[in-house]
Amino acid sequence: MLLVFVLATGIAAVWLRNLLASAMLLGIYSLLMAALWVVLDAVDVAFTEAAVGAGLTTALMLFAIWLTGRQEKPPVRKPWFPLAGALITGGLLIFGTIDMPKFGDPQAPAQVHVAPYYLENAEAQTGVPNVVTSVLASYRGFDTLGEVTVVFTAGMGVVVLLGGLRRRRRTDET
Amino acid sequence: MFLAAAAALLATMALGLTRAFAGPTVYDRVLAVNSIGTKTVLLIAVLGFLMERPDFLDISLLYALLNFIGTIAVLRFIRQRRGPVGN
Repeated sequence: MLLVFVLATGIAAVWLRNLLASAMLLGIYSLLMAALWVVLDAVDVAFTEAAVGAGLTTALMLFAIWLTGRQEKPPVRKPWFPLAGALITGGLLIFGTIDMPKFGDPQAPAQVHVAPYYLENAEAQTGVPNVVTSVLASYRGFDTLGEVTVVFTAGMGVVVLLGGLRRRRRTDET
Repeated sequence: MFLAAAAALLATMALGLTRAFAGPTVYDRVLAVNSIGTKTVLLIAVLGFLMERPDFLDISLLYALLNFIGTIAVLRFIRQRRGPVGN
């Protein structure tokens, strides 16, 4: 049911020409996705989705619309070729998932390798009650640290680029 | 009981979604986004009791805060929307 909502919201967000409405629909999309993550018991993924998707991205999109304009231009020609490309890629991806084990299958490779170890020892070793959170924040702590570094570097790069642009414009004016 | 509540919440979310799709003015959509956010909060809380994990209440509290801040951001934007292009 939630998935149907997510799908409908995504299609409508692409369909609408009013960009402000599209930004808001994308906010709804993120909220629904976050609810879906909570249902799947991945609580901190849901946190991230709600904070970044519903909060931060909506604000960024609103700022971009503020800078440009609210109406999308009508397309010059029908985008059949990109549509076909997207459909073929999606079909291939779905075809790839056919080989995957069923959702929740206890004999799946992902369930029998390290998952029992995590499930048995996660709370004792990390002290985090939620297993998904303990894997993300403790067992993969270095991975998360690397991600934080990448995000920080990207943010610094953007700041440096935009700051340089502004300074050059100021020197042009004088 | 909780199951009925969850079903009712889903129905309400569907109604809010139709308003968000159809809504002629921006304010309709803002209201729809806000109410859907509230419904998400309630849905998570109800699901927490349905799956007998009341600690979901904390998550729904956080969502309530986020929802509030998001709505305020959108409304502030609408108030001062005269950008450089002028729309």
